[in-house]
Amino acid sequence: MEVLEKNKIQQKANSQGKDLRPDMLVCQDITKIYPTPKGDYTVLADLQLTVKKGEFISIIGHSGCGKSTLLSMIAGLNEISAGKVLVDQEEIRGAGPDRAVVFQSPSLFPWLTALQNVLIGVKQVFPHASKKQKLDICKYYLDKVGLGNDLNKRAIELSQGMQQRVGIARAFALKPKVLLLDEPFGMLDSLTRGELQDVLLEVWQKEQITALMVTHDVDESIFLADRVIMMTSGPYAKIGDELRIPFERPRDRVHVLEHDDYYDYRSYLMNFLNH
Amino acid sequence: MKDKLIKIVRFCGLGFLEPLIRLINGEEPKKNATNFVKKALFPVFSIILFIGIWHSGANYLFNKEATRKIEKAREDQGEEAAIAMQACIKAGSVSCQPNTLPSPAQVWGAYLSLLDDHRAISAKKDEFAAKTQKINAKRAEKGEDPIQYTGRPSFLDQIKTSIKTVFAGFLLAAFIAIPIGIIIGLSSTLRSSFNWLIQIFKPVSPVVWLLLVFMIIKTLITDPDLDKSFMISFISVGLCAMWATLVNTSMGVATVDKDFMNVSKVLRLSVGKNIFKVILPASFPLIFTGLRITLSVAWMVLIAIELLAQSPGLGSFVWEEFQNGANDSNAKIIVAMFVIGIIGFALDRIMLTIQKFMSFDKSEVA
Repeated sequence: MEVLEKNKIQQKANSQGKDLRPDMLVCQDITKIYPTPKGDYTVLADLQLTVKKGEFISIIGHSGCGKSTLLSMIAGLNEISAGKVLVDQEEIRGAGPDRAVVFQSPSLFPWLTALQNVLIGVKQVFPHASKKQKLDICKYYLDKVGLGNDLNKRAIELSQGMQQRVGIARAFALKPKVLLLDEPFGMLDSLTRGELQDVLLEVWQKEQITALMVTHDVDESIFLADRVIMMTSGPYAKIGDELRIPFERPRDRVHVLEHDDYYDYRSYLMNFLNH
Repeated sequence: MKDKLIKIVRFCGLGFLEPLIRLINGEEPKKNATNFVKKALFPVFSIILFIGIWHSGANYLFNKEATRKIEKAREDQGEEAAIAMQACIKAGSVSCQPNTLPSPAQVWGAYLSLLDDHRAISAKKDEFAAKTQKINAKRAEKGEDPIQYTGRPSFLDQIKTSIKTVFAGFLLAAFIAIPIGIIIGLSSTLRSSFNWLIQIFKPVSPVVWLLLVFMIIKTLITDPDLDKSFMISFISVGLCAMWATLVNTSMGVATVDKDFMNVSKVLRLSVGKNIFKVILPASFPLIFTGLRITLSVAWMVLIAIELLAQSPGLGSFVWEEFQNGANDSNAKIIVAMFVIGIIGFALDRIMLTIQKFMSFDKSEVA
């Protein structure tokens, strides 16, 4: 009975036809091994993942399953034990602004203002732009995340939620090929989290940047993503299943929540996580 | 206005004035009055208590020393000499005063006499300057050095010299310790290879540093016009005091928040940008804590070094007064002690204020 139900949901979701967009991010046979005193610990084993251009992917899984490790390897902040990561057909070498990261903690430089925090990245990516152009880019994104009036506030004076808004603006302002989000709203209260999901979705809708988000919030993953990747628990974690979320874009919370299929998707994901 | 004043007062570490300001503004009179008594009046009581204990202690020591002196006179020269000695002490004659801990009143007297002395010397200096003005102008035309006043420095001159020396030493320490601290902080290999050096030289006594610097300076500097004793003392002060900054800087640089480093990697900041825009600002609070310790250590060792190096300053003032053995020498030494303490405290406050001002997290600095 349950199997039947699953198939139905999958079929319905996957009936969209083949995605013809080019591949933006490809992970081939990604393996991560941490040496420990008791011998090697294999977190991820031969993981395969392909993300199309402009796609929004969320990865869910239990804590410690290696989803954040996967993200930081794609970001180039963590060494890949075996396999490779291709971004726009090119193998990555170390970290770089083509893969912007929104970290779990906002990680703003507290001695700089909101504007300066964004500017420091913009200066790196657009070194030949005029000063005014650079400032305009920063202001545009800070305005988009709702901080148009707090440009010159120092990062330390902003609340956690506002700091994470700056973090989002900083990432988008880099005009990255891939946007990586590492449980970006994990440290926020649920009200702020909702607000920031809306902000993120709004900016993303405009930019259509390929995005990969790690989360353990099922609702968040459905609301934001085109495709939810479910990871099995480690060691030797891999992709267990995936689910397409074919809700129309631009999305808004009320419509998504009221959609007939929403709870089917939700229970499908919950079902995976609970087994 | 009131809030601004309170902010300033708090910033300077004079928080005990806050209730008074609030009280004057008629804000919660009862609470602020008790607070004022607690924060400002109790310390005053403690000062009075301190002076009281000092006074009676000095009295006790004075009597003990006087009795001993009289007894000695009696033993050596007989009853008559003892009576004469007793009378002499009672009369307060300079020739037979017991040499012991001076009382607060004596110290205050010594303080006033030092001020008088300063005024007298300043007057002499002005007179000298007026006299030599014409000659010096002529000498300057000819390209010769002006004639300098070479008389005895006053107590205040000594203080100025000491402060000059401590700042020179402090700057030297900062210029050596911060760059080296950054370099060894950046690399764990360098850190472990230089650790032995830091661990061994950190606890070396200022006296030994002085001798080491003396050996080197004596050989290096042969020009008699250079102020060798000043150089020796400020370099020794710098070398003694720089370790706190060195250790703190390297620790601050080595322990920069990993998230900041990740951001820096994602943005692909160049090495220079990474150091100056991320690592340095992030380790600034720790560097400044180090500098604060360095300055207080510098001030503490300065006195000992001046004392030994015979370079002018408070240290040599203390030593000279001790050797001098005049009637009020002990009192003058105690005056110097208070001056040293108060200046040290003031220096620390200044550093704390700068530290608060520079730190990005205002609440972090205690």
